[in-house]
Amino acid sequence: MTSRERILSAVKANQPELATLPDVDFLLQEDIDVPEKFIAALTAIGGQVVSVENHATIKAFIDENFEQPSRKITTVSELGDIAEYMEDNSAEPHSLENVDYAIIQADLAVAENGAIWVSEDKIRTRVLPFITQYLAVIVRREDIVPTMHQAYNKIGSNDYGFATFIAGPSKTADIEQSLVLGAHGARSMTVFLMP
Amino acid sequence: MSEIQNTTNHADLAEVFNNDEARVDWHDETLWWIRSKRDVAVNKISNWEVLRETASQIKHNVLSNLNNYLQQFESNALSNGITVHWAADAKEHNQIVLSILEKHSIGQMVKSKSMLTEECHLNDFLEANGINVIDSDLGERIVQLAKEMPSHIVLPCIHKKKEEIGELFHQHLGTPAGNADPQFLTETARQHLRDTFLTRRAALTGVNFAIAETGEFVVCTNEGNADMGAHLADVHIASMGIEKIIPERKHLGVFLRLLTRSATGQPITTYSSHFKRPNKGKEMHIIIVDNGRSIQLGREDFRNSLKCIRCGACMNTCPVYRRSGGHSYHNAISGPIGSILAPNLDMEKYADLPFASTLCGSCTNVCPVKIDIHQQLYKWRQVIVKNGYVPAAKKASMQIMDWTLSSPTAYHTAGKAGRFVLKYAPFMVNNKLNPWYKHRDMPEPPKESFGEWYKKNRK
Repeated sequence: MTSRERILSAVKANQPELATLPDVDFLLQEDIDVPEKFIAALTAIGGQVVSVENHATIKAFIDENFEQPSRKITTVSELGDIAEYMEDNSAEPHSLENVDYAIIQADLAVAENGAIWVSEDKIRTRVLPFITQYLAVIVRREDIVPTMHQAYNKIGSNDYGFATFIAGPSKTADIEQSLVLGAHGARSMTVFLMP
Repeated sequence: MSEIQNTTNHADLAEVFNNDEARVDWHDETLWWIRSKRDVAVNKISNWEVLRETASQIKHNVLSNLNNYLQQFESNALSNGITVHWAADAKEHNQIVLSILEKHSIGQMVKSKSMLTEECHLNDFLEANGINVIDSDLGERIVQLAKEMPSHIVLPCIHKKKEEIGELFHQHLGTPAGNADPQFLTETARQHLRDTFLTRRAALTGVNFAIAETGEFVVCTNEGNADMGAHLADVHIASMGIEKIIPERKHLGVFLRLLTRSATGQPITTYSSHFKRPNKGKEMHIIIVDNGRSIQLGREDFRNSLKCIRCGACMNTCPVYRRSGGHSYHNAISGPIGSILAPNLDMEKYADLPFASTLCGSCTNVCPVKIDIHQQLYKWRQVIVKNGYVPAAKKASMQIMDWTLSSPTAYHTAGKAGRFVLKYAPFMVNNKLNPWYKHRDMPEPPKESFGEWYKKNRK
């Protein structure tokens, strides 16, 4: 007998009588004041929120606030004139080791915890939002949902090879519980909140 | 019955930890502070109790249908292009990891946090087979440099002072002696590990949740180390216990809301990464590990322990854990949850752990999946005593107690003797031979027992 068969038969023999799977859809009813809550939640976990009108405002902000010269990569075609535009997933992950800024577009964002959701087609190269020194994310106000329940409701059965929630800059408090931003991932997270 | 040879028991190890009283206070306060942050986060969620109950019920359904969910997960993962392995025990798990590495002639691996690999002692096994393993979670890297086990499942080096960490970094990473600034040390680790991430062809991660419906798995970190390792490597190995399964993707909404609020008081971890398919040209492996879990599943009184999502809330709140330190549990998973998981693996070796509790129930109250932890601790004590796995002294005193409580004459005599001793010869009990005397004085004896009082006063 293989280990697989042994494990499955032991599990089958030992598991309790079938219990009903509870409904979770009732949790979708929860509602909170969406954009304000999102701003508060993300700020509380070390992120920064900048309200912008359009892509031109974003460019102006980047011009003024991002260090120059620096290697900037974007997956947003409208920003292709101020950063390297990453069109597809053909980049070798290691080639991104010196990226300073990555500017990506979120699929959705969650008000209760300040997280943004991106799937592989939005980040093109899986490692991009992690390996970049600083991360910037464009979020449309209409894409903010109240809680994780609505987030998964929107994600539904979408297909992706990889997807992730990102909530603020990479952080650790492993040394005497002192919070330090910039552990292994991005040192900061800026969200451009667009109408 | 022969006396149990238990040289590493919780009480002795806790005594060592308690030699440094100032450190115990610091440890206690730090963990209580995290517990308080949990409370603040939890109180912001109006339907927290509903979430806990829902999570508990989902997990109950998982345990009751686990054999089907495991097969559903396997079949979906396979069609996603993931290689699925099954390991009956720690040894087989470690062997599978080694064989994957050997197949690719890989001699170095980067690892993110996985309590399962701690349980399996994977690092020691791989090192013995010539594989270099670097733990990339900062806390785990620190305990790895110190050649220690993590003392907490979420906060691996919570027992260490920053000065000790500064010294470790000075020895191993060449930082200036005496520099113990957390910001500086974290930046040093970032630089050192970035090089590791960029040069490793294999990365191992744990699994927080595995979704039967889709064949994907979720890994949660704050540091981003799991993602840095996995996305830069050619081979990603993910190790999971059979109990990590959840039925559908939408159930993540419930568990991700509970996990980090319970753990550290954050609303969610920085990264909650969903791995569904290997990147093109890359390999993704999942190792599904039993290692005693199917036996625990068959123990009616203890199977709920398999609902655990490894948040560590029970440790942060436990008055015994906070004052005895994680290492006193001599097991990969310490604290209250470790004390109900470990005896399943080896009842003799871990016979002491269910006794390392006051049964106050605080663990049960904070558990996000409503495991009846303190009740299981109490039940384990009975199982352990029945099976004869208690030290001879405890067994003898329990027998005397049994005899005293079942004989009215003996009971009254013992009561009188006790009151007499406490009144006229307190030195008989207020001495080092009596463990109850440690850190406390014995009570003032009452003048008479209730029985005596009742006899005098009844009409």
